[in-house]
Amino acid sequence: MGIMFYLIAALTLAGALAAMTLKHLVHAALAVTAAFAGLALFFLNLDAQFAGFAQILIYIGAVAILIVFAILLTRGAELPKEGVFSRTWFVGMAIAAGIFAVLGWAIIASARALPSETVAPAVTVHDIGVAIVGRYVLPLEIVALLLTAATIGAVIVALHEKERAK
Amino acid sequence: MGSPLIGYLVVAALLFSIGLAGALVRRNAIMVLIGIELMLNAANLNFIAFWRYSPHPEALTGMMFAIFSIAVAAAEAAVGLGLVIAIYRHAQTTDLDKMNRMKG
Amino acid sequence: MVASSAVSNLDQIFIILRDWVTHFFPTAWRPAIGVLLSVVAIVCVFPGLFALTTIFERKGLGRIQNRIGPNRVGPFGLFQPIADGIKSLTKEDIIPTSANGVVHFLAPVILVVAVFMGFAVLPMGRNMVLVDMDAGLLFFFAMGASTELSVFMAGWSSRNKYSLLGAMRAVAQMISYEIVLLLSSVAVVMIAGSLRPEKIVDAQNQYSYGLPHWYIFTPWGLAAFVMYAIAATAETNRSPFDLPEGESELVAGYHTEYSGFKFALFFLGEYLAMFSISGLGTTLFLGGWSAPLEALSFVPSWIWFFGKVMMSIFVFIWMRGTLPRLRQDQLMNFAWKFVLPFTLLDLLVTAMWRFMGEGWLRWVVSTVILAGTYVLMGRAGMYRKHFAPRTYRYAE
Repeated sequence: MGIMFYLIAALTLAGALAAMTLKHLVHAALAVTAAFAGLALFFLNLDAQFAGFAQILIYIGAVAILIVFAILLTRGAELPKEGVFSRTWFVGMAIAAGIFAVLGWAIIASARALPSETVAPAVTVHDIGVAIVGRYVLPLEIVALLLTAATIGAVIVALHEKERAK
Repeated sequence: MGSPLIGYLVVAALLFSIGLAGALVRRNAIMVLIGIELMLNAANLNFIAFWRYSPHPEALTGMMFAIFSIAVAAAEAAVGLGLVIAIYRHAQTTDLDKMNRMKG
Repeated sequence: MVASSAVSNLDQIFIILRDWVTHFFPTAWRPAIGVLLSVVAIVCVFPGLFALTTIFERKGLGRIQNRIGPNRVGPFGLFQPIADGIKSLTKEDIIPTSANGVVHFLAPVILVVAVFMGFAVLPMGRNMVLVDMDAGLLFFFAMGASTELSVFMAGWSSRNKYSLLGAMRAVAQMISYEIVLLLSSVAVVMIAGSLRPEKIVDAQNQYSYGLPHWYIFTPWGLAAFVMYAIAATAETNRSPFDLPEGESELVAGYHTEYSGFKFALFFLGEYLAMFSISGLGTTLFLGGWSAPLEALSFVPSWIWFFGKVMMSIFVFIWMRGTLPRLRQDQLMNFAWKFVLPFTLLDLLVTAMWRFMGEGWLRWVVSTVILAGTYVLMGRAGMYRKHFAPRTYRYAE
């Protein structure tokens, strides 16, 4: 585990923790953007360049901006009076801690069965392209359909209802 | 030492738990969506880590899964945030503790 | 033989210089030192070009507007950038009390860093790329997408209605035109068959009858280039798409509350974005570092690259001086209702070009489809105008 891994892990986890605990929503959105950037660096560290750059382009370039626009359109920049954590926060934390305990136990228990160092795969964008329209063409078409439906749906859901203006 | 994969899996598990905690604990609907995005990202990290250390990385399965997951997550974020905006217009609040009725 | 090797030495002079300097260092350090030297070169050359462009722009705009630009500082005003630099560095840095300190500080930094990263994949001459990445074009667009976030950070952290409005408008405009930028590059990628910028330049570096195979000289390439140019102007918030930062509209948009060095960083970031997007446009459509005629190949490749980039900057300045500003909704209408459908059609025509085989038929068919659609869409757009009392829609 090189020094790069620890640095990127520190950035990602710090961003995620900050995103979940900060009171101010826009700060939380910017912190989660830092977490996305850390994840993109993880993908680049794992020799998945296409996934890394796609992560930056889509998550930081589109999802983060969506989140920020939604915060501004719903006046989330004002701090709520009753605080930011819900009434049932203890149960939520307990569940999350429980899930982490189970996942951690599963990883440690299977540590011997995990593969060790392998040679880095030389994957070119050409291979990814061939795979997408070859073996994975059905998921590609389904995702295209899904994205079309999501675009139209999001526009309709967020559209002004005409009757209100009258 | 052990496999380098363990580090990535632990980070992904931690990220998932933090996202889950945020989604369960925060009041604002948008923070819940941010938590969900973190959970999806943690799963993507798992996929890519397993793909990298798999015996046949040229099959590209893990990478494909992660790429499609990124696309689907973006679509789901768009629809989710559209819903939050629509609910805000109706109820004038995004506080989830206040939305405890089915009647509009 | 001697002449051609001297010419190719001049072509590769920066590579030769870099290799000569790295020979002074132990072998283990040589790649790192080489990369460091290239980075230092980029960080010095492009801000230097930026300084040149500011004076070029002010005098150029002046001449277009029938006046002389700045001419006091130095001969013909050529030392004006130095005066501007001293002014920016010594101005007092005023931060509003209620501004978000950390975000306010980070916004220009992130903008400049993201824009500088884009230069890493541009081939500035034969063998002169900083990083040879397989997915180079995707990296460039990923860095471009990161600049949108810094624009929003700048506008929101200033706690100023005008800044926020300017930032929202700028982000909406950048998102809309980003799609056009990406799709018009996809047309080039389809024909060149790779996302590596060097391979795209190599595909255009061939000559038939002495004329080059640049993509701009093909029908689909010309249409894609025009769409790319429109999207590039909108992405960098240049006139006629500069409503987010127009002085008469929004004070200064998202950089209202920035003064001194931070404002200079925003200015630098905007101009560097112009350079890097022109550099990419040159690589994709104008043949990168290849010469226009086969006979002119003796001129070094980096001269051609920088010459084409400066020509693009000149066209940017020309557009700024000539065209009036577009209103925000006109701008967005233009993007979604004209430019994007035309770019999608251009993708179809490119695919058809690829599969039609060599010959005059594909030229004729492509030209007819593209020109015909352009004329029809233009006419349809004009018929949609209904003249009635204006209605307003307010935000809630």
